[in-house]
Amino acid sequence: MTAERVFMMGEFAAQFPSDRHYARNHMWAMGTNGLWKFGFTAYAVRLLQDVYFLDWTVEPETTLREKDEIGSIESKKAESDLYAPIAGTVVRLNDQLLQDPSTINVDKYGNGWLFEMAGVGDNLINVDEYITHLNGVWEVTQRTIKGQLNE
Amino acid sequence: MAKRITAIVSQGQSQNPVKRQLEEDVVTALVFEPGIDVIVIPHLYDLRSDATGMLALQGVKGNMIVLSWLYERAARWILDRNSVSGLIGKSLIQSEADDDDDESAEDTVDRVANARPVPERLIYCLDLRCDDSATTYIEEVKRIAAENSAEVVPLMDWISGDPKPEQLDRYLHSTAAQESLATSPASATTREATDSVSESAPDAERHLTSPEQRRWYPVIDFSRCTNCMECIDFCLFGVYGVDQTDTILVEQPDNCRKGCPACSRVCPENAIIFPQHKTPAIAGAQIEAGSLKIDLSKLFGAPETDESAAQAASRERDEQLVMAGRSPVASKPSPAPPQVAELPAAKDHLDDLLDELDELDL
Repeated sequence: MTAERVFMMGEFAAQFPSDRHYARNHMWAMGTNGLWKFGFTAYAVRLLQDVYFLDWTVEPETTLREKDEIGSIESKKAESDLYAPIAGTVVRLNDQLLQDPSTINVDKYGNGWLFEMAGVGDNLINVDEYITHLNGVWEVTQRTIKGQLNE
Repeated sequence: MAKRITAIVSQGQSQNPVKRQLEEDVVTALVFEPGIDVIVIPHLYDLRSDATGMLALQGVKGNMIVLSWLYERAARWILDRNSVSGLIGKSLIQSEADDDDDESAEDTVDRVANARPVPERLIYCLDLRCDDSATTYIEEVKRIAAENSAEVVPLMDWISGDPKPEQLDRYLHSTAAQESLATSPASATTREATDSVSESAPDAERHLTSPEQRRWYPVIDFSRCTNCMECIDFCLFGVYGVDQTDTILVEQPDNCRKGCPACSRVCPENAIIFPQHKTPAIAGAQIEAGSLKIDLSKLFGAPETDESAAQAASRERDEQLVMAGRSPVASKPSPAPPQVAELPAAKDHLDDLLDELDELDL
């Protein structure tokens, strides 16, 4: 097993393998030569918990700018739209997840991958930078969750 | 004889256990109801015309109740596109507070639906998102079933007409007929009726739920559509066509570009539904024609986008054209955005609301 970094979300130890890149919108990215496979990080999955529904508003060959809307997700704890982690072109979507999105929970760093994109990906960061990013956003995340729960 | 009614439960796409449980509870309860046949199908919108589930619905000739995770309008017009049509059955469960005058009597506009004969049967569409409790739906289906079996229309025909002796006899001895019906065990009648439709189904309920591929295409509400052809002119992907009577139809639904709702924005009557779109007005929520809800987010601080519905539509279409490897056509806003061309009579609501906003002195 490759080396991992850990970030503590309260009591929960979220693990991040160091064999891949990360996007600031909490996706991991694995790839070379401009072909990237993306999936949710442990941080995202911990916040979502059980995933019930995933839908894409894009198809293979769709060209996207960074942060373009690409679909939506519904889980036990949250509903959210999803956005492109990098600029580029959609190559493949993990169709298996449409019938059974729970693979995201079971194997987030493997078979629970979300989609492949072709693109430069120069905004992707390494695992250490991602941990730093998490340190910065964890407070805000907690406030967001608590704020919405108290509504 | 008491009329049977068919209850169709269309499963959602979500694996949310709460939603799945709701479907299951409704089905389980209805299977044991006398006079109700139950059919379970995948998500209605994803079904193709020749899918087993859709064929089963096409085989239902009587009244039906369709429970789905869709707005009533969306469900109704998806069915219509697949040759499953009927009169609107009024359910007590509604997606949202319905202005009773929404089908206002003074609608003098010529709608496509006005020219179409509709079979003399009722179709009730219920949106499963209206209530979390299965009981609500079970009770409503039972209420409709009771209303349905007590229908008096044919009887009135006899009385005002010229009844034959045997008809009169049946009328006068109707209690006997009812009793004989009541003596047959409920579950047996249910099974019998079901078996006549499908030999393979061992139980009263039919599950026709092999997973379907997700689809994305427009659905036309012909009670709003005026056959103005804005959509066929606008769409450059060959989704729309016309039938033998030169009436608009969604001819090639699967030519549609996933996620693109542009044609619904250019429709002057808001007659085009994308049931899976996240904006309720586009997904078929009951909103008056010509008045997409005002978005006040700008007023409350959202960044200025300065984009009208027509401009959004052009942009969305261009994005799809580029994705399809074609050239964009409308970088400049169209000269006469049809969306704002003219608002129909329902304008008063909007005026009042705007006046109130003006008075707020923001």
